[in-house]
Amino acid sequence: MPRSFLPTRPVRGPFSPDFWRSPLRGPRFTSVLGVVLLAGVTILFVTGLLSYAAYNPDLAPVNDKTPGKGLLGFYLFPWPTDPPWLYRLTQGVHVTLGLVLVPVLLAKLWSVAPRLFTLPPARSLTHALERISLLLLVGGALFEFTTGILNVQLDYVFPGSFYPLHFYGAWVFFGAFAAHAVLKAPVAVRNLRRMREGGGEDADGPAAPRPDPPTVSRRGALGLVGGGSLLFLVTSAGRSFDAPLRETAVLTPHGGPEPGSGPGAFQINKTAAYAGIRAAETNEAAWRLAVTGPTGTVRLGRAGLLGMPLHSVALPIACVEGWSTSDQWWRGVRLRDLAALVGHDDPVDVFVESLQRHGAFRRGALRANQVADPRSLLALFVNGEELTLDHGYPARIIVPAAPGVLATKWVARLTFGEL
Amino acid sequence: MKPLVLLCSFALCAYAGVRLLDGDWFMVALWFVGAAVVHDLVLLPLYAAADRALVKGARRRRTWVVYARVPAALSGLLLLVWFPLITGRVSERYAGVAGLSADGYAVRWLIVTAVLFGGSAVVFAVRMRRGRRAPGVS
Repeated sequence: MPRSFLPTRPVRGPFSPDFWRSPLRGPRFTSVLGVVLLAGVTILFVTGLLSYAAYNPDLAPVNDKTPGKGLLGFYLFPWPTDPPWLYRLTQGVHVTLGLVLVPVLLAKLWSVAPRLFTLPPARSLTHALERISLLLLVGGALFEFTTGILNVQLDYVFPGSFYPLHFYGAWVFFGAFAAHAVLKAPVAVRNLRRMREGGGEDADGPAAPRPDPPTVSRRGALGLVGGGSLLFLVTSAGRSFDAPLRETAVLTPHGGPEPGSGPGAFQINKTAAYAGIRAAETNEAAWRLAVTGPTGTVRLGRAGLLGMPLHSVALPIACVEGWSTSDQWWRGVRLRDLAALVGHDDPVDVFVESLQRHGAFRRGALRANQVADPRSLLALFVNGEELTLDHGYPARIIVPAAPGVLATKWVARLTFGEL
Repeated sequence: MKPLVLLCSFALCAYAGVRLLDGDWFMVALWFVGAAVVHDLVLLPLYAAADRALVKGARRRRTWVVYARVPAALSGLLLLVWFPLITGRVSERYAGVAGLSADGYAVRWLIVTAVLFGGSAVVFAVRMRRGRRAPGVS
């Protein structure tokens, strides 16, 4: 091997440029993947911030899993109730796109891997800063993808609660991502333009100086990455729809067949058994809903609620984990009618408490615009039948466009007024 | 220009970073840095070595490599992402929380893998029969 006789290149192993042999690596391959990630990660970041806003964390401490957010919550706004499929769309895009981008991210990291092994480790102060920034970029990307992918599979091995980790991790990642985009996007776009014009490659790229003969073309390699993305798309996207489309999500949580049969056969986030709900608390004789407002507390059994005006709405359930159902037919009492019952005729916030024993969202707050919406119900029926225990019997909240965790099940108490 | 962009970026990273590390800071930092280290020094060398072994093993039949590489890569990607469900390590929690069985994931992954390799074999056989060479091979 001639390289061992080169006295000017004493370095062996990955720190030697000759170590890297793939003829695919080069500015063009990296640029194509970089531009895809620039668009994709931007969408992930925006939909992630929207999901954070959808919880209305600035409404009440009970909704806020990140009380120390400070300036990072600068953009928060009251989450709207229109269109009713808003969260279903934004969160479905967030999770499904995240999965689709996994092959692109891995290919991008593969394409720049030689850059990791450079000697000396830092040529200048700026170069040292740039390398630290790249650690934040790569670490941040992998941290975000890993925590998100584990969370949708309920594999809570990460060190802490998902919400603060994924939220603050996203901002660290985005800080490094934005700098990388500002510094590298112009180069990537220039490379792509040259590619289209059929010009030569930029010399300053991660190309191998002594490449092996190719076993696949660059187009073929990009095809493999695209094929991987397509595979994730077709095996995940179905879980944002009902059967039979859900059956196509063969490897994704909440894909496959619906649970059970009949009117309650749609996806469940937390079963009654898991939430610690006992039949002794929910039966007709035991269960009373406490509704509190300025005129005092009213206690209502199911019979009392059935005596109030009942309304029907068609609304979906959409989970932060990215799955959703299409519209279910809910029937129940309007939240604003319950507010009026205890002396609130104007729009007002509400604090909702469940019978649930544990779980971060056994209590939640809804904002006045959500309470005022005529489609926001304390639902007693779904799809023409009484709620099943797993779907929140005796009564559950359903609010248009709100994330599923705020559609509290097994409601025990509603407190209307300033939170 | 470049130092200024980097310093602005570090300001945001530091502001969010102290909040990220508020809690079990050591483990969070370990996960953050560890993710990059495990990828760059374990995952990437492993699959690169596997690919190199495949190419070497194929010797002169380099054009055949793609028919094993593509299904293996796609199947491996699915395993990498869905290993908690496929290996069954979250089966109990998944069944308790969602009321759905997690038993089918391993079988479905094997079926998808079989379909990928089977499809690749069919394409290979068809191309061999037509006597065409695989695209993009010198």
